[in-house]
Amino acid sequence: MKDKIFKFLLFFAACSILLLTAGVIYTLVGQALGTFQYFGFFGFITSSEWDPRAGQENYGALAFITGTVITSLLALLFCIPFSFPVALFTGEYFRGKKIASMVGSVVNLLAGIPSIVYGLWGFYTLRPLIVSLGLSDQGFGILTASLVLAIMIIPYASSLSSEFLSMVPNDLKEGAYSLGATRLEVISTVSFPVASSGILSAYILALGRALGETMAVTMLIGNTNNIPRSLTDTGNTMASIIANQFGEAGGLKLSSLIAIGLLLFLITAIINSIAKLTMKRINP
Amino acid sequence: MQKEQTMINSQAPFRGLGGRKIKNNIFFYTVCILSGITMLPLFFILYELLKKGYKQFNLSLFTEVAPTSMDAMLAKMSGSDIPGGVLNGITGGLLMIGLAILIAIPVGIFVGIYLSEHAESAFAGIVRYLTDLIQGTPSIVIGIIAYAWIVKPLHSYSALAGSVALAIMMLPLVIRSTEETLKLLPVSLKEAGLALGASYTNVIFKVMLPSAFGGLFTGILLAVSRVMGETAPLMLTALGASAINWNIHRPTSAIPLLIWEFYNDPNLIDMIWSSSLLLLLLILTLNLIAKQVANKWRIQ
Amino acid sequence: MENTITNEYLLELKNVCVSYTPGKNAVNNVSAGIKENTITAIMGPSGCGKSTLLRAINRMHELYPHIKTTGEILLKGKNVLGMNPMEVRRRAGMVFQRPNPFPTMSIYDNVLAGYALNGIRLKKDEKDEIVETSLKNVALWNEVKDTMTKKGSFLSGGQQQRLCVARALALKPELLLMDEPTSALDPISTNHIEELLLELKEQYTIVIVTHNMSQAARISDYSMFMYLGDLVEYDTTTQMFTKPKNKQTEEYLTGVFG
Repeated sequence: MKDKIFKFLLFFAACSILLLTAGVIYTLVGQALGTFQYFGFFGFITSSEWDPRAGQENYGALAFITGTVITSLLALLFCIPFSFPVALFTGEYFRGKKIASMVGSVVNLLAGIPSIVYGLWGFYTLRPLIVSLGLSDQGFGILTASLVLAIMIIPYASSLSSEFLSMVPNDLKEGAYSLGATRLEVISTVSFPVASSGILSAYILALGRALGETMAVTMLIGNTNNIPRSLTDTGNTMASIIANQFGEAGGLKLSSLIAIGLLLFLITAIINSIAKLTMKRINP
Repeated sequence: MQKEQTMINSQAPFRGLGGRKIKNNIFFYTVCILSGITMLPLFFILYELLKKGYKQFNLSLFTEVAPTSMDAMLAKMSGSDIPGGVLNGITGGLLMIGLAILIAIPVGIFVGIYLSEHAESAFAGIVRYLTDLIQGTPSIVIGIIAYAWIVKPLHSYSALAGSVALAIMMLPLVIRSTEETLKLLPVSLKEAGLALGASYTNVIFKVMLPSAFGGLFTGILLAVSRVMGETAPLMLTALGASAINWNIHRPTSAIPLLIWEFYNDPNLIDMIWSSSLLLLLLILTLNLIAKQVANKWRIQ
Repeated sequence: MENTITNEYLLELKNVCVSYTPGKNAVNNVSAGIKENTITAIMGPSGCGKSTLLRAINRMHELYPHIKTTGEILLKGKNVLGMNPMEVRRRAGMVFQRPNPFPTMSIYDNVLAGYALNGIRLKKDEKDEIVETSLKNVALWNEVKDTMTKKGSFLSGGQQQRLCVARALALKPELLLMDEPTSALDPISTNHIEELLLELKEQYTIVIVTHNMSQAARISDYSMFMYLGDLVEYDTTTQMFTKPKNKQTEEYLTGVFG
């Protein structure tokens, strides 16, 4: 009898995750509906207008979608030359050694630093650097935001890649060594190809992280509501526009911000699902 | 590390062996150097916070509430340090994280048990997928949800809303760490309990969960450390408050929210460093403790 | 297949079948009777269904919903398949392949785990007595009486396994089921356990699964030989090891296969 109640409670708890997810989607869709009815779904995502003046309100998400995609992809690009060596260092060259776990821990601590602290660091250290390099007048913009984002996602990309690299069976590598290959050749012909889809999924997950980052981006991207045309242009991401304007919003504007939240939710859900599918292919 | 090339003397045309070795070495050293560079940001950030924050990092940081803009301006004009601390942020954080723990841990552990007990079932697969989905959801979206569920219907920003947001963020971490830890326990442990005629409930509560304690505890610490630095979802839910508040239905502050306020107020800007330093030290300490617990538990 | 045993049985198996996948029996139509205060060894090559049969007796298969057990398993004349599984498991203690003391409990609490897990409250002196008798039963008392509060996992493998036997004995079971209890132990510890079983026979009835033929020959009164889920031969151990009736049994015992 007690067992039945307990088992039911376990099942009920598992169901609560279903309910939670359903509730999240229901709420987002319900609150965003006003905007989609007013502008049309495609109208909303293809317009780059953001005009909150009473009487001529006009909202579109295109500028923010573009801003999000550009900053995240740039961040991904910038993070590769650092996260990949760390993965090789910890998962291949020094696998299982003390130094690997030390380097891995330090890099992983990067994931523990709060977004807002990254924002401050970007604002007071990186931004002046970019100004003094003559890249931009104010130092705000896509480039600054992407650079900080890149640092933020390094641990996500490197730790998972390292895990997949370290799972490459030794006998495969020994086969290559026995044919006289150098370490680099073993990495490029055995380790990397074998771990490649795992590494790919690690980077897709890191991209998912970058898409949703809020505070640091909000503090560094410059917060202008137009489509960025160059690296030093200012802009806004989907997360940063919500963070910036949610507090004072109501009515159609609030609905539009939540619609952006829904889009952000969907994009990250799709990206994460792709990452999971990629991973499943190698881990049946 | 490098394998000896012992077959060099053979007749086979080993083209460019020297070149291959050089390439191999260059690659290895590049990997080491880039890995070293990747470690720098952590130290840069810590250094900057220490350099700029140590002056304000004193007892009053823990014992006084955040100063008002006016107080700070007056202090500045008279040439003294800005008075006050982040006590209201500390208490608010304790309140909201404590409440979030109360919500997330029982549910999370139960779901984790369910997933490890029904590892193969399709339903568990769906639950696992949705758990990952929630984990991947940006914190600002979770902020919107807590706003729509708590702030809007109750017509007030509140600690409760903040806790709900934090609890939703902690939930997937608790679930997955519970599941992973329980899966690591040998099946024979559960069977030994059941073979003594114990009920399923007793085996789970008296054998499985105590044996998994280290892993569960680590998971909870990491979940707490992850939400401790969250700012965005709290901006939409708890909003912030200038005084200490223990009422879950009223706006409440937290250290990250205070940092955001300080950052946006030119008079208070000097406070950002000490409060960020405190926040970062708290999070790093939690991470280290979690690692310690995990290591200690693994040996046994 | 003929049974030479005719006395009253403590445990009787009638047409027991166990299947992991429908239509494919891992244990196929096994019938046998086991007398009180004897040791019965179940032998056979790996995958022959010997552990599966043993685990059917205390209904451990019910942890895995896809495993189906049919037939009758009578403990003192009552079918265990119709009882409450928790009652069955209290009456038939089990010792596993690898020593598995509960890692969070002290040696003392490990012995009493059966009571604690069943929610049975005991007075302090009752507890002390049970712990002492059980540990003396397994010849562990002198080794651990001063370190009762230490965790069971600090003991050596052989000591851990004896602790697990004590844990099973503490509940005063009518039957002791042992699933290759020495396969993870060194020869000296194995020896200890075997001596222990011979002593325990005075008070308990033991069914032991073993892949070690000489072990079966050393300690058991009766032997079962299983092959591909069938009970091929069941006889007194002396009879089976000297004059096996079945060709397969002979081949197995002489090392032709297995």
